[in-house]
Amino acid sequence: MSQHDPATTPAQLRHRAETHASAYPALLAEAEHLAATVLLGDHGRRRAGIGDEFWQYRPAEHGDGLRDIDWRRSARSDTHFVRQKEWQAAQSVMLWVDDAQSMAFSGGTDRPTKGHRARVLALALCVLLNKGGERFGLANRGTPPRRGEGQLGRVAGHLMAAASDADYGTVNARVLPAGSRAIFLSDFLGDIDAATLALTQAADRGVKGALVQILDPDEEAFPYDGRTVFQSMSGAVEFETLKAKSLRDAYLDRLAERKFQLAQLCRRTGWQFTTHHTDTAATRAMVWLYQMLEGA
Amino acid sequence: MGALAFTTPLLLLALLALPILWWLLRAVPPAPIRRRFPGVALLLGLKDDESQTDTTPWWLLLLRMLAVAAFITGFAGPVLNPNDEVPGDGPLLIVMDASWASARDWPARISRVETALREAGRDGRTAAVVPLTDLPPEGLTFQSADVVLRSLPGLQPAPWVAGPEALEWTSALPDGFETLWISDGLETAEKADLATAFETRGALRIVESGRAVFGLLPATFEDGAINLTALRASGDSDRAVTIAAVGPDPNGNEQTLAEVEAIFAGTETTASARLSLPTELRNRLRRFEIVSQRSAGAVSLTDDALKRREIGLISASEGQEAQDLLSPLHYLRKALSPTADIVETGLLDMILASPDAIILADVATFSEAEAEALQVWVEKGGFLVRFAGPRMAAANLSSNDPLMPVRLRAGGRSVGGAMSWGEPKTLRGFLQDTPFFGLDVPEDVTVTSQVVAQPDPDLAARTVASLADGTPLVTRSDLGEGQVILFHVTANAEWSSLPLSGLFVQMLERLAISTRPAEISAEELSGTTWVLEDAMDGFGQVRRSDTSAGVAGEVIAAKDLGRDLPPGLYAGGDRRLALNVLVTGDTIAPMVWPAGTVVEGIVTAQETPLMGLLLMLALGLLAVDVIASLWVGGRLTGPRTTTAAIVMLALMLPQNATAQSDADSRALAATSEVVLAYVRTGDAQQDRLSEQGLAGLGVSLFRRTSVEPAEPIMVDLETDELSFYPLIYWPVVATQPTPSSDAYAKLNRYLRTGGMILFDTRDAHLGGFGSGTPEGRKLQQLARPLDIPALEPIPDDHVMTRAFYLLQDFPGRHAGRDVWVEAAPADAEQVDGLPFRDLNDGVTPVLIGGNDWASAWARDARGNPLYPVGRGFGGERQRELSIRFGVNLVMHVLTGNYKSDQVHVPALLDRLGN
Repeated sequence: MSQHDPATTPAQLRHRAETHASAYPALLAEAEHLAATVLLGDHGRRRAGIGDEFWQYRPAEHGDGLRDIDWRRSARSDTHFVRQKEWQAAQSVMLWVDDAQSMAFSGGTDRPTKGHRARVLALALCVLLNKGGERFGLANRGTPPRRGEGQLGRVAGHLMAAASDADYGTVNARVLPAGSRAIFLSDFLGDIDAATLALTQAADRGVKGALVQILDPDEEAFPYDGRTVFQSMSGAVEFETLKAKSLRDAYLDRLAERKFQLAQLCRRTGWQFTTHHTDTAATRAMVWLYQMLEGA
Repeated sequence: MGALAFTTPLLLLALLALPILWWLLRAVPPAPIRRRFPGVALLLGLKDDESQTDTTPWWLLLLRMLAVAAFITGFAGPVLNPNDEVPGDGPLLIVMDASWASARDWPARISRVETALREAGRDGRTAAVVPLTDLPPEGLTFQSADVVLRSLPGLQPAPWVAGPEALEWTSALPDGFETLWISDGLETAEKADLATAFETRGALRIVESGRAVFGLLPATFEDGAINLTALRASGDSDRAVTIAAVGPDPNGNEQTLAEVEAIFAGTETTASARLSLPTELRNRLRRFEIVSQRSAGAVSLTDDALKRREIGLISASEGQEAQDLLSPLHYLRKALSPTADIVETGLLDMILASPDAIILADVATFSEAEAEALQVWVEKGGFLVRFAGPRMAAANLSSNDPLMPVRLRAGGRSVGGAMSWGEPKTLRGFLQDTPFFGLDVPEDVTVTSQVVAQPDPDLAARTVASLADGTPLVTRSDLGEGQVILFHVTANAEWSSLPLSGLFVQMLERLAISTRPAEISAEELSGTTWVLEDAMDGFGQVRRSDTSAGVAGEVIAAKDLGRDLPPGLYAGGDRRLALNVLVTGDTIAPMVWPAGTVVEGIVTAQETPLMGLLLMLALGLLAVDVIASLWVGGRLTGPRTTTAAIVMLALMLPQNATAQSDADSRALAATSEVVLAYVRTGDAQQDRLSEQGLAGLGVSLFRRTSVEPAEPIMVDLETDELSFYPLIYWPVVATQPTPSSDAYAKLNRYLRTGGMILFDTRDAHLGGFGSGTPEGRKLQQLARPLDIPALEPIPDDHVMTRAFYLLQDFPGRHAGRDVWVEAAPADAEQVDGLPFRDLNDGVTPVLIGGNDWASAWARDARGNPLYPVGRGFGGERQRELSIRFGVNLVMHVLTGNYKSDQVHVPALLDRLGN
């Protein structure tokens, strides 16, 4: 049963809904689990500001209001102290997860598809952002950035929704709110011009962020030989070779060039770029993303 | 590489089709694989560099061609070394030298003869086999080849070389036969003439083995060391041989006492070595042999010549200050020291050292303990020589003393001195039947004083030598296995001039006190009779011989070895004489045949069909082709790689590679629970039966006793550790291989350290114990190297009869009577009031029977008996008894003599007092 068939009976609709619903907590649980590995206790802005958490006591200065003085602390010494809270500023982070057919590829049974890894990463990041009090949204469906468990559920639902029929996905940068952060998760094997366009548009709107290129190890290694007909995931594109091995170097050159283009693009627009492989632990990409958001 | 032939050569024409196949295979490229791959976007527009990959690569083609070619050649039936000798005509005479020099590769010679006889049989020729060392007395008769073939196993090499009688024998031969001469390669005087004699009667072919022939000359004793000389027939390079000195160890088991290496340098044909041994070891030597040369020529027996006897000297006046020449022992020392080792210490200590002889010079009285010890020693074969003297003359020895051959008159007598009448007495010539017969009596030996024997009735019989007036000079009597000899004069020159003469040494030597320095001369041998004690066969094996008739000394002196005088150790009286194949001065040389004689090697190539080999090769190539095709097609990825690798490994790895890896797990399995084991016989059916039997016994044990054995384990004697198993069941199968010497070492260690083997010949003792049936013979062969104690049929009071159940019969599938266990000690006695003897400790190391117990024990998975035992109720009873026997057996193995100890309980309770 294809996911793109329209549901014809309520029973089918219910069945499919339950299928999705059953997968969704698993995805969320996996994402929470991944997020837990990153929550090392150092969230917060690490500077004084408006927030709920205690940050530090500092000696009162001229200009501090009486209301600000912490009398309990000041009573224990001769000087007056002001109690400061940690700055907790909410940010908007928009995620775009490639849901095209090419993301459904996995080179081996021992590793997930690229799409799964992208979804897990995205949702885990959302969990983290939620805990950090940031707002987040999914650019695929134009979900506006919000915070809270409800938003987490919505994002998860959207991530689990049916994939697109296209072989390669394109970013829709118009929905990004100005000044927000953005993270694009894709294999970026499709048309580079679309990615360039989206990125420059986003940069124009003052959006900063990162590109995460998720690749299967087979796409990096090209371990094929012999007479082979390569097909894209939807079967729309075909390419036949008589000796796959001899194409390896050319393919790898092209892949390296693609990565270089993406890195160049990021450098121009002030974005960040990384490549993540599905055979490595998701944590690595997670930490990278988290530090990127923290550091910026 | 020998010749190659085909059974169906026409099939080879199919090889012509190979080029067509090549072309066909080349034209068909491998089919493409379809593969989903997102990166295809990056591939678009790329071009293939090489375009020829749409055809099969050349090496894969070659592989397939080879496979097909191997198939075709294989089915054509190639045969390596086809036997297609040109058949001769007329009768075939096979002459074998059959001397000691052919013993070493005797099986090869016999198989060569077999080949020749089979060939003759195929060609319908008659044949005869004649060993030159054992000529048929009734002349030559040709028989049909298969009749002759049957007599082959009886042929053995003789431990001598054919003499001139062979030449006489050939002179009577008829004309017109072909001769095949299996030669030993050694030169003898007659061989050239023999060859001519055969050639005049028909074609002559000679077969010779190229192996070097070695010989060992008798050992000589010189300057405190043993000189050994090894010979070889020919050689052009350095070669070292090891010479082993063999003799009994302190337990009486024959073994190598010492080894020495002799080196043939360059083309030398002799090599010598010196071996220095302690007297104790040297006296135990029985023979020398060149290690790993199975031939009588490479063995040299030793006799008295090598033995240096240990002689204890004791004199009563020792310790007194006296001049050397007056010492009673001085002349004895001088006479004995060149040929014997002398021990001088206290009498009791000396007896402990067990010398060959003890000489007492003028010792008249002993303490009671000394007398008793001395008497026991003599009775066990000791040789006691006593010399008279003033003390003995003074002592009262007129009563019967077992340590004196005769009773003595008190005081003795003096003749020819200043205070006495008469002349000093001379010696009378030695009578026949005395040990001194034949020795010359010097005129100047005189006796002035002596002790005098009481005139008893048996005095004459005990007198060995006497003076001119008839009074005894030397008397002798037997005591137990030993002898007591009394010289009625002193051992110094005080009473007589005997010790000053050469006769003294000769007399001592005749009394076998002193040993002969070199060989016994022909004169000494004349008139004596010798009996063959240890006979040596052509392979150099020495066996006890009790049945030979006596041989006259003259025959021995001639040293003409043959049927009438086989080599070996001859005994005459208490002297031993070794007759060896080679005597000092012998040499051996390779036979140089007259020009034009056909000489062949001994090994004929075996006919080897190669069909199976080639077909296997073809199949192997095809298997490789499968994997190679996958690889070329790029399909050898993921799990397929693993599968292919496993298949390849499984094809290539030898089968026993698993043995080492699971040795640990076996050890764990065998030691974490009680495990019964059975020996792998190589007969799959018997192995399964053993397993079922032990499993069935295990179930019975589990139900009835507190022994809860795990599944039985099969042990391979060659590879597995045995010490984990309390009991090993060894069914004897006639076809099973004999274990290697390492395995035997392991088995002996197992038996010595408390293991137990249950031998089961499964033949119901049809032919009596260990004889008639093939299994019985196999059992003898298997058990020969094992360290098995003396056996007896299970006595009624053996602990096996009550270890768990009370049993008197031990049936299996057969109800044979005799089951053999380690014999009870000879001194086991039944104590009154106790039902059992107090038998040996520990567990019998072997239990031998033929009742096929495993069959009676065997049960299937549902617990039903697998094999029928007897008939009806009686049969079931027999099965029950066999299971009870199994239970008792395991109980005995696990608890030892525990049930023997139980018999003490009533006695103990009684003694402790109600």
